[in-house]
Amino acid sequence: MIRVLLPVHLRTLARLEAEVQLEVEGRPTLRSVLDALEARYPVLQGTIRDHVTLRRRPFVRFFACEQDLSHEQPDTPLPDAVATGAEPFLVIGAMAGG
Amino acid sequence: MSRVRLLIGTRKGAFVLNSDGKRKKWKISGPHFAGWEIYHLKGSPVDPNRMYASQTSGWFGQKIQRSNDGGATWEPVGDKFVYDGVPGTHQWYDGTQHPWEFKRVWHLEPSLSEPETVYAGAEDAALFRSTDGGQTWAELAGLRSAKGHLWQPGAGGMGLHTILLEAAHPERIVVAISAAGVFRTDDAGKTWRPANRGLKSPFALPDPDAEVGHCVHRIALHPSRPGVLFMQKHWDVMRSDDAGDSWHEVSGNLPSDFGFPIDVHAHEPETIYVVPIKSDSEHFPPDGKLRVYRSRTGGNEWEALTKGLPQKDCYLNVLRDAMAVDSLEPCGVYFGTTGGQVYGSADSGDTWNPIVRDFPAVLSVEVQTLP
Repeated sequence: MIRVLLPVHLRTLARLEAEVQLEVEGRPTLRSVLDALEARYPVLQGTIRDHVTLRRRPFVRFFACEQDLSHEQPDTPLPDAVATGAEPFLVIGAMAGG
Repeated sequence: MSRVRLLIGTRKGAFVLNSDGKRKKWKISGPHFAGWEIYHLKGSPVDPNRMYASQTSGWFGQKIQRSNDGGATWEPVGDKFVYDGVPGTHQWYDGTQHPWEFKRVWHLEPSLSEPETVYAGAEDAALFRSTDGGQTWAELAGLRSAKGHLWQPGAGGMGLHTILLEAAHPERIVVAISAAGVFRTDDAGKTWRPANRGLKSPFALPDPDAEVGHCVHRIALHPSRPGVLFMQKHWDVMRSDDAGDSWHEVSGNLPSDFGFPIDVHAHEPETIYVVPIKSDSEHFPPDGKLRVYRSRTGGNEWEALTKGLPQKDCYLNVLRDAMAVDSLEPCGVYFGTTGGQVYGSADSGDTWNPIVRDFPAVLSVEVQTLP
């Protein structure tokens, strides 16, 4: 079971009040977790990844286990603690002020 | 008794304001989609409770929201705006060619006859149409064939901001793009051609006959006179009497012919409104006085409308989509400012009152006249 925490604007869009719990087959990766998230909440398609290229949007970040995974390849396995549900996978709206 | 509903898009959400026909007291609902930029929201002329809103964010991209109950509740619909085929390139600031990239929807225009049909004007400039209430979108890609490789974004981006539909000519659509110009189709979007003859932009386009590249800020028409178009250009207020085949200047005695919005009185097709702004480098009213200018002669002769508007120390802007008229008698006129005020006039502009003073910067104003 994978635990996913979303930023408030995406929780509002998906009408969620708390974290999302997802079942992902096999070793979870960035791609497989996001695929599962978007399959359950289609309204999130296009908000985290571009509709066409499926690249991460520039001001979205992926954190887990005190690591920034934003620049990892989509098929990189997520940390064991995320795979077991001990730690959440965080989707972050980047600090982008100035 | 008739009533009116204002639809306000702002930098931080949407607001719906309702009033009776007196237009003195307003009930405010919102913010809807708090924290998101709402470039535009508009109701269907066929079913006024059917509304569409463009919700955008620099973080999370583009969403389209739809309401079926007059803005009380909303549901997200489709937001997959994919250019048809290989979109190719357009002119970039440095003169090189740059690939077309979807950024956001600037304007939504519901069909005059079909509540499930709605058009979306996008940045990078393109026109999309949905015939299923916004669930899916298809580009009218012929538009980009109208010399799209020569279009170049202005400082505000290359957005398609005006979509004019005509009940008398259902196959005709006139659009305007910043900073490419006006384009018209007479076959429901299959083929398009530039409609910029007569526009002069000597500081941007040294060629006086340039077919595209004009910085058109807004166009408006009166439904009873579909061939007559009024334009606020980057500089110059212009008029066409042949549906955009040719344009001539009607700036007349305006204190500045720079500005963004332009609109037409609901019952007087020759009465038009603009809000002069000092210049392209000083986006605020001349002399710190917020004045709407009205022409009752279709241009050239303008009068300042000042009663109820700040006449000193006023340094805000009124954006291109932020003016609208209702169809009550007398005609109501409304506009929103980058300072967060929405002003309304229930007497065709003779006197004004602030409806709200402290909204986020206003991006768009639409009004619905309801039974």
